[in-house]
Amino acid sequence: MGLIDALLATYTYLVANFDEFLRLLAEHLALVLVSVALAIVIAIPMGVLATRNERAKSIVMSFGNVSQTVPTLAIIALVFPILGLGFLPALVGLFAYALLPILTNTVAGLENVDESTVEAARGMGMTENQILRQIQLPLAVPVIFAGIRTSAVLNVGTAYLAFFIGGGGLGVWVISGISLFNTPQLLAGAIPGALLAIGLDSLFGLIEGRLSGESMAEQSAAAG
Amino acid sequence: MTKTNTTGTTEAPDTMIKFDGVTKIYSDQTVAIEDISFEVERGTTTVFVGPSGCGKTTTMTLVNRMQDPTEGAVYYDGTDIQELDKVDLRRDIGYVIQEIGLFDHMTVGENIATVPELKGWDQSRIDDRVDELLELMDLEPGTYRDQYPNALSGGQQQRIGVARALAADPDVLLMDEPFGALDPLTREELQDEFLEIQERIDTTILFVTHDINEALKMGDKIAIFDVGELVQYGSPKEILHNPATEFVEDFIGADRTLKELQITPVRDIMSESVPTVEQPTASSVADTAEAATAALADGTGDQYVAPTNTVDIALSRMIETDTQSLPVVKDDDVVGTITESSIRAHQSNGGV
Repeated sequence: MGLIDALLATYTYLVANFDEFLRLLAEHLALVLVSVALAIVIAIPMGVLATRNERAKSIVMSFGNVSQTVPTLAIIALVFPILGLGFLPALVGLFAYALLPILTNTVAGLENVDESTVEAARGMGMTENQILRQIQLPLAVPVIFAGIRTSAVLNVGTAYLAFFIGGGGLGVWVISGISLFNTPQLLAGAIPGALLAIGLDSLFGLIEGRLSGESMAEQSAAAG
Repeated sequence: MTKTNTTGTTEAPDTMIKFDGVTKIYSDQTVAIEDISFEVERGTTTVFVGPSGCGKTTTMTLVNRMQDPTEGAVYYDGTDIQELDKVDLRRDIGYVIQEIGLFDHMTVGENIATVPELKGWDQSRIDDRVDELLELMDLEPGTYRDQYPNALSGGQQQRIGVARALAADPDVLLMDEPFGALDPLTREELQDEFLEIQERIDTTILFVTHDINEALKMGDKIAIFDVGELVQYGSPKEILHNPATEFVEDFIGADRTLKELQITPVRDIMSESVPTVEQPTASSVADTAEAATAALADGTGDQYVAPTNTVDIALSRMIETDTQSLPVVKDDDVVGTITESSIRAHQSNGGV
């Protein structure tokens, strides 16, 4: 079967099963977005805490590192005995996996803010909280967002494995496609995932631009 | 602002900052400064000068409590600063650092507005103040207010840094090697501009530098530091004329006399007798006056000096034009004469 034929068959399969496709895509997207959102909510404050206190930093960073070194499949498998089957355990696994990139980038972003900028802010009478909110976090936004984008893209791929513990998502088509040698079904699950990863990456890029002020990026380019 | 005269210290009423036996030892046991005492008069500029690691920056940062003294006390307008709230104190003290430290994510206007914002000024007052300061710094508000710092040159950035520090009309301005990172030309330009601004504001300024020439140029008073020690504190004249130690002498350099000339304005030495052609006795002087008028007429003139020029320039022009006297010209009028012998006499009299 040629490539064109395979793509045509994939298209036919997709159209024939469009309702199911939409359901799987929605599940997949929910897994990715909710896990990343939770990771943002937890990892950014943890990152801030880590930059404030050396001991907190070593604890937080080793926690994040451990959650990242466990193989993807193993995380899913590890959650299963504890939380059982379904959407929630898959979500927890993905959440743990999304933490580290956001955490390391939050720490790196905050630590990369020029020491003299912070000194100027402190010398002008900003409180530590004002320095964090008005100076450090805004300046760290591009780096933190790079972490969020990494997590989102990683999790689009990892979410395929949710199928193994009944978490749903596009993995249903891909894994059954592999088992049944059903190439159109496999591709109908895989190609939208690739597009989803690219789409999410661009979307977060756009939000980042809005947040850190496009004008600043333009000005920097002009000055450089 | 907090203006309480609570402590029972007796001091002259015009003392703005007072160091009383201050020692600072860092947590790694480095002694930054040891037992330093001096007073800074309100509205004057005091320059801390010395080699790297002599404790001059530490001394300055004790004033806005970026550091706290290990022993002794620092008084701000009569109050021990340990009794003042750190944050309030810092909002009353302008702070300029060598690295400038502008906030890259904020516009020039927002940068300058930082302290007024923190102090809760209303928006229209802040806007007016930002424009006023940009004009003071010779930066057109319409062009620069909404730019981002990255788009500006180093000199412009430090102008913004100074404007930001002056925004809330601080009583005290701390400047830590403010022009140290700029190229020599821009540095001189900013020094001159700042000297003018200094005339117009009634702020007590502490200025740190490692450059003795900058210190002599900017300071009403100079404090010379050697490793952790304040070795001499006095006016530029006093320091040039009576260096307290060999260290001070070395630090000033071999061209001490020339440096004195560099800080002496022509008006201090010139004689106010205006030479005219009708006085035939002072023929040589009259010649130069005529030459000056001629030079003024065709706009080429190097053969005269202004009363605000420094004596080294007068001397240099005398050597250049191979003459022993020059007319002093102000607003196109000859107002006096300066002669080489009067310069020599002035120097041998002890520069007073």
